Amino acid sequence: MVQNIIDVRNLSKSFNVSSKEPGLKGTIKHFFRRQTKSLKIIKDISFEINEGEIVGFLGANGAGKTTILKMLCGLIYPSEGSILVSGYLPFRRKENFLKNITLIMGQKQQLIWDLPPIESFYLNASIYGLDKFEAKKRIKKLSEMLEIDEELFIPVRKLSLGQRMKSELLAALIHEPNILFLDEPTLGLDINAQRNLRKFLHKYNKDTNATICLTSHYMKDITSLCKRVICVHEGKISYDGKLDLLLKKLSPVKEILIVCRSEEDAIKLEKSGFTVKNKIKNEITIKIENNSITSSLKTILNTFDIEDLFINEPPIDEVIGKVLIKKDYDI
Amino acid sequence: MLEYRVEIALWAISGIIPFFMLNIWTNNNLNESINISDVLLSRYFLCAFFVRQFSVVWVVFSFEEDSLMGKISPYLIQPLNPFFRYFAQHLAEQITRFPFALLIAFFFFIFNPDSIWIPNLGILLLSIVSTFLSFLIQFLIQSIVACLCFWTEKASSIERLLFIPTLFLSGLLAPVVSFPAYVKSWIYFTPFPYLIDFPANLLSGNETNISGGFSMQILWIFLLFPLFKKIWSEGTKKYTAMGS
Repeated sequence: MVQNIIDVRNLSKSFNVSSKEPGLKGTIKHFFRRQTKSLKIIKDISFEINEGEIVGFLGANGAGKTTILKMLCGLIYPSEGSILVSGYLPFRRKENFLKNITLIMGQKQQLIWDLPPIESFYLNASIYGLDKFEAKKRIKKLSEMLEIDEELFIPVRKLSLGQRMKSELLAALIHEPNILFLDEPTLGLDINAQRNLRKFLHKYNKDTNATICLTSHYMKDITSLCKRVICVHEGKISYDGKLDLLLKKLSPVKEILIVCRSEEDAIKLEKSGFTVKNKIKNEITIKIENNSITSSLKTILNTFDIEDLFINEPPIDEVIGKVLIKKDYDI
Repeated sequence: MLEYRVEIALWAISGIIPFFMLNIWTNNNLNESINISDVLLSRYFLCAFFVRQFSVVWVVFSFEEDSLMGKISPYLIQPLNPFFRYFAQHLAEQITRFPFALLIAFFFFIFNPDSIWIPNLGILLLSIVSTFLSFLIQFLIQSIVACLCFWTEKASSIERLLFIPTLFLSGLLAPVVSFPAYVKSWIYFTPFPYLIDFPANLLSGNETNISGGFSMQILWIFLLFPLFKKIWSEGTKKYTAMGS
């Protein structure tokens, strides 16, 4: 039976922020009469995540995705509402809870800068109560999965970003956590490194049934790892559900590029009632709704002399981009 | 690696304030007013140098930077208080400093051969313990101040304020016995004389109240530790994980 591992109810988070006018006058005014205001970053959100699920958190910069992750892992204290992760209140940071989770932030590192990663791995292993033999075994297993070897013995400051990120992952996973919070884990990595990291996360999830909560601005991370997404807009959940369903809803039409044998056929096709996007000589691009694509293509192939055709999916970034600026998606 | 060795050596050399103070005291015959011989005063300041080397604390600066830059976030979700990391860093650096401190002591004895002495093993062990307790007191004080980062963001400014009484009242610039009577009437209730003066007097063989000194050191640790725990627990609730 699938178990609910994260349970969030009516969660809110406010921060006090101060504002200052520019220039010397503003600075003096700020020194004597500091203006602060309370900003509600997360507004009354609720959701559940099951064990073994990989959930992507989507949202524009400042939408509140990272704040949600920080509250889920117990890094920051919620202002209102309740969170239960694996049966624990995260902000209490109980030892058994902390041994069960990990947080990886793409732009932050926990490895000791001047020492080789292997030193940080053994340090983390002892923090999590692993003996040297077990630590060695896990380092070997994870380094094979991550395809890092010699890099383990080179000072962190000398490693490339990709090598460093892999080492960060190893350091964060040495205690084999059941719940992974990943905040933009592929930030700054090249395409191959991103692909390898995704492959690794997929395998880790498959092998250990770990739950993964992920934020990323790279849509490929989301589409290749997450079946479910939670879209956050200005601190509220605008969509929570299957990614496929969201994509279908947001891009109800497909673009078909048809290459006709002659220009006359292209002209006939243009006048046959389909929605035409553009036409260049014997090439014509039409838009067809997803639900009528089979019947429409059958008609076209039977009626016109077609040389070739291509079905174009709309770019995923463009589709998801629509989510980030909209308040609500009722699907 | 050369840079690191030089940095450690410079750190060790930067703690030579007690030698400047020794120079001022002996050149002006100030020790006559407190009935301490040149030799005993030389030993006191050498011991003050050693105690300072092994009890100096900078956790507030490290913590402030890490907390403002969000670097402590990964450590906060590990089952170990991040202050243990700083504690271990301090201990590691103190061990690394030891050979440099010995080298400085060697040169000190070349220029002050009359000051050479060998403390008995019991006194040496007690001095090591009292120096470690002094380090613990300073570490706890600075950790409490460091936790104020959760509220003020610039806790190091408060530490700079604390540095003034530490400098003047700890015995780094002058043995506490040389202070005016009205200062001595209250200073022993504060933690400051137990940071440098007490361990340095103990090691140098000067007259000191051993049981009283240890009792006060332990008392201050027992007072400061729960305060640190409380302020840490309240502070982490305020943590906003800035910069991450």
